[in-house]
Amino acid sequence: MTVALTGFNVAPQITKQFPDAVVEANDRAVVVKSGLLFKVAQYLKNTPGLAFDYLNHISAVDYYDYFELVYYLVSIEYNHSLVLKTRCDRNKPAVPSAVSLWRGADYQEREIYDLMGITFEGHPNLKRIALWAGYKGHPLRKDYLE
Amino acid sequence: MEIEKVTPVYSAAELDRIEGQEIEELRARSQQPIPDPDRWLKDEVQRNILLTSVDAIINWSRRSSLWPATFAPACCAFEMIATAASRFDLSRFGMEIFRASPRQADLMITAGTLTWKMAPLVKRIYDQMAEPKWVIAMGACAISGGIFASSYSVVPGYNRIIPVDVYVPGCPPRPEALLYGIRMLHNKITKSHSDIQLNLLHKG
Amino acid sequence: MTLKTEPYVINIGPQHPSTHGVFRMRTTLDGEVVVDLEPIFGYLHRGIEKLAEERTYTGFIPLTDRLDYLSSMSNNLAYVLAVEKLARVLVPERAEYIRVIMAELQRVASHLIAVGSFLNDAGAFMTPIVYMIREREKILDLFEMVSGQRLTYNYMRVGGVSQDLPEEFLPALDNFLEQMPLYIDEYDQLLAENEILLARSKGVGVLNKETAVNVSAGGPVLRASGVKWDIRKADPYSIYDRFEFDIPTGTNGDCYDRYWVRVQEMRQSLRIIEQAKAQITSGPVRSEVPHLIRPPVGEAYGHIEAPKGELGFYLVSDNSIAPYRCHIRAPSLLNLTALRDMIKGWKVADLILIFGSIDICMGEIDR
Repeated sequence: MTVALTGFNVAPQITKQFPDAVVEANDRAVVVKSGLLFKVAQYLKNTPGLAFDYLNHISAVDYYDYFELVYYLVSIEYNHSLVLKTRCDRNKPAVPSAVSLWRGADYQEREIYDLMGITFEGHPNLKRIALWAGYKGHPLRKDYLE
Repeated sequence: MEIEKVTPVYSAAELDRIEGQEIEELRARSQQPIPDPDRWLKDEVQRNILLTSVDAIINWSRRSSLWPATFAPACCAFEMIATAASRFDLSRFGMEIFRASPRQADLMITAGTLTWKMAPLVKRIYDQMAEPKWVIAMGACAISGGIFASSYSVVPGYNRIIPVDVYVPGCPPRPEALLYGIRMLHNKITKSHSDIQLNLLHKG
Repeated sequence: MTLKTEPYVINIGPQHPSTHGVFRMRTTLDGEVVVDLEPIFGYLHRGIEKLAEERTYTGFIPLTDRLDYLSSMSNNLAYVLAVEKLARVLVPERAEYIRVIMAELQRVASHLIAVGSFLNDAGAFMTPIVYMIREREKILDLFEMVSGQRLTYNYMRVGGVSQDLPEEFLPALDNFLEQMPLYIDEYDQLLAENEILLARSKGVGVLNKETAVNVSAGGPVLRASGVKWDIRKADPYSIYDRFEFDIPTGTNGDCYDRYWVRVQEMRQSLRIIEQAKAQITSGPVRSEVPHLIRPPVGEAYGHIEAPKGELGFYLVSDNSIAPYRCHIRAPSLLNLTALRDMIKGWKVADLILIFGSIDICMGEIDR
């Protein structure tokens, strides 16, 4: 069975490396600050006890005050998983890109940019993927008008 | 002898921008459905003209070997492939060859949902087909947008972009239903005038 | 004297007989050798994730059918598992057995088309795919007995399945299970040692282990590269821990291994169906759930091993009758990220074959 690590298991380890990164830790996920997302993800991937080498998927959810990005990480070696979340501001949504760590994030980040409007800094080719260039608006937002 | 590599002319972003503009222009133009080509129905009622034997032979030859173009975006494609396979055979109607190039085809069975991004390309494929040509709209998505009609990126039916001759409902239509639609098209071809003058008027 | 050469960009466009669906590739070619490739999709983007926010939980099940339209039962199962996790609904035992039988039959049907179109792309123009469609029609007859539909079944419900198996289903399934292994042996006899298939696909389009894990590949693509990762064994859902089956794993990660893994998976699926049919119990097929399900506030991720990889649904609920957000983790989209690695240096004809061996479905990629 894949052991789903809770925020309480992993948050102390992250806090030891990056003292003010963790915003919230509950039994489902670990929420970190968006500026430190890349460093925390790199730490989670390269540390021997955690070794999250497989990025399962990235989702984005629009809560009316903020956007929340959900990263679902899996380790094939130890067969455990973790949910890593980050929040970003609705007016200027920007998050560091995870493409250099996990190449599977490439098309998923482009899709989130296309449909939600969150920019990923450091992405090599951030352009629309499902809709065409010149489309106005980001359809999956809650305030999108037809 | 040295080989000097030259960089290409257009960058990808420029091409994307041009394509996006084409899609927006087509969307602005296609807000009303194109009327169905039913001149053959009106002519018959008004003039009650009997078909000549030349017409009969030409119509028979046209309907007996309609070659479809491979155009299959979505789920209905697999019912079309199943119709062409060995259980429900399309080969007995002379249609087993699906032509990859639209210039060699005379029937387009649109089997799948149409999105605005794909619409200019469908128009281009339809324009590349040579006269006389027919279109069968297969499935609910092709007739009216189907289960996705309220979505932001779906064209509500192929008849916004190209004129459609036969509509086959279903989601997806069974192979028997598609064969019935093809027989209806055969009947339509049998009753139409193969007069070249009339065909030019009919297309416009 | 210098010879000017220019790598030219050719568009292998959305309407093409061997791109599986509306998929477009802007390939940069140097002569006949592929230098770079940019995949462009979105031609079938129907906005399913946005439509989820306006339909009820049960009303969304027909839309999930149309994601990977070649394996509708698996899509239904993944979505229904996610809703059951969210709403904490238990499923009766007979329904679990029926779900396993349907999911494994669907895996066989989907792999038949995958292998058939792979061989179609390799040059055996229509013969293998017509043979495999003949087998697939037998499976579609079984599905039609159960749900009334041939392609998009809408059969699973939250808390079970929509209706019980009719009486003639189990004898027909017996009949099918007797004949199918002989057909797979027939294909093996024709194809496994075939010189043309070996020359065209051995060593072509190699994807090594580290790259496969890094690009989040899944399903047969990941297993052919040597990683033994199958959700049915790593994180068992439903009642898969009661059955005995193997996970075929390849060694090289080339096209031949991906083809071989799919054929072996078909055999293992038949094994699972035999065991499920022997152990099936009687009882209700759907547990009592309200007509309009209102799960409590929260989120859940339900995932299964679909024929093409790991299919998952991430659902967020705010205690209303429609999901607040539904995100679909599509296996074909992630498998496609590996395409650029696999085709550098090969020719155009190999590009078509390598692309066919990944086995994508556009309904999933674009959603």
